[in-house]
Amino acid sequence: MSDVCIVGIGIHPFGRTDGVSGVDQGVNAVRAALADAGIAWPDVQFAYGSSDSAGNPDTMVDRLGLTGMQFINVRNGCAAGGSALFSAQMAIKSGEFDLGLAVGFDKHPRGAFNALPSEYNLPEWYGDAGYMVTTQFFAAKIMRYMAMFGISRKSLGMVAEKAFRNAVHAPHAWRRSPVALEDILEAPMVSDPYSKFMFCSPAEGGVALILASEKKARELGKPLIRLKAATMRTRPPHSFEVFAPMVDVVENDSGPRGTASRIASADAFRLAGIGPEDIALAQLQDTEAGAEIMHMAENGFCADGEQERWLAEGRTEIGGALPVNTDGGCLACGEPIGASGLRQVYENVVQLRGDAGGRQVPGNPKTAYSHVYGAPGVSAVTILER
Amino acid sequence: MTERQYRIGSKMHAIAERLFTQDVPPRLVGGRDRQSGRIVFPCPEGESHEPVALSSEGTLWSYTVQRFRPKTPPYAGPEAFEPWIVAYVELPGEVIVEARLVDVAFEDVRIGMKVSFKPAPLDPAAPEGVMIPAYVPAGEAA
Repeated sequence: MSDVCIVGIGIHPFGRTDGVSGVDQGVNAVRAALADAGIAWPDVQFAYGSSDSAGNPDTMVDRLGLTGMQFINVRNGCAAGGSALFSAQMAIKSGEFDLGLAVGFDKHPRGAFNALPSEYNLPEWYGDAGYMVTTQFFAAKIMRYMAMFGISRKSLGMVAEKAFRNAVHAPHAWRRSPVALEDILEAPMVSDPYSKFMFCSPAEGGVALILASEKKARELGKPLIRLKAATMRTRPPHSFEVFAPMVDVVENDSGPRGTASRIASADAFRLAGIGPEDIALAQLQDTEAGAEIMHMAENGFCADGEQERWLAEGRTEIGGALPVNTDGGCLACGEPIGASGLRQVYENVVQLRGDAGGRQVPGNPKTAYSHVYGAPGVSAVTILER
Repeated sequence: MTERQYRIGSKMHAIAERLFTQDVPPRLVGGRDRQSGRIVFPCPEGESHEPVALSSEGTLWSYTVQRFRPKTPPYAGPEAFEPWIVAYVELPGEVIVEARLVDVAFEDVRIGMKVSFKPAPLDPAAPEGVMIPAYVPAGEAA
């Protein structure tokens, strides 16, 4: 079975780009990725594309060229980009194809996401009563976690502060100005304990990754960035999820519950044959500040409750023991659902190539990790190795 | 939203059918999986689950405060917005349900506090309007 390599990357800046459609932002990213790989569109044998609300990705062939290639549309909540990449690498691992594309883009209106109960098999009254709001779940999840594991609100603020500080050096990020910790903590509340700076915003953007078999990658003469693992899993029993009117009662509720992220992460480390201690940098889903904190533990990087000390010691800073969300993550880049998971992998490739400029992780990193979580309880993880 | 209002007791109109029992005071209705015995909320349509009246007493498992008016659709609450508490209430041995927590100041809410079931109006300015599942601090229930 061939290793899968990432041989080309392209991104359309995240944020708001008036007058450019979501599809066109995706096309822009694809053209950049083709140029980076040194190939032409007709060389691409297949594609998996993700978009939640900016149209079907396969329509991109109208812009890129009608070559008759295979193009599958992927929709999987906020894990859509990660799921597109997961699917794309399987097509190469199977031996069926040598060269393909994972692409994601989106363009969301301002304000909270427009989820409807029927899309999640929920009764209409659930939406009528005001519960189709993702921020409620994320806030309630961290509220319980803080009570159980002694996480302070200041730590939430420090995560957001780091995101905006890192993004200053990321040309593709949306919000590139530092925000003082005090301003983050004292900003208007959106959903307790989170202020407005602690949540990411729905946004726009596009990301494209060109994947190749190892043989093909060598032919192209590209540095070999290997996709050592890409996993995608759904939730286990008793988990606590977004858009869920209920949670199961468990006999002993004093420890953390199982999550899709925990399974996807364990799977990824098993496939890659390495452990969390071997990872040089990580992009962890941070749709809100507490998610980064909880996902540090769910992905095996620390024990529940250790995050308070990790943050105080600066361990997740660029230059720390495990830099997390080096481009500012969702907090600074915003979240175009279809593109978000692929942005993380884009950033990891930039870092492994040593091209990250002011946000470059020092020490010539050789491994990088990415993780996304989405409704209604799906997660995708990748591990890259140079 | 008249078609979604269902009469309960003498004055209350629940936001959906099969959500509350006909008792006075009403209880919340869950569903017991006929195969596994797992209790879920709300009770799904069809034959797979048997409706069960859930415990009226529980403890607060987690919560947050909704500080902005959710988008319409789907939110059907009043245009005038006042923040409210979203609660997850553990009904011991049964299920943890998502509902409102009312009749308590935001700063007095604590995980682990005892609460009792007491449906609340979707629009606080229309106390006999559409009722949604809600809890109050234990001891203050009707």
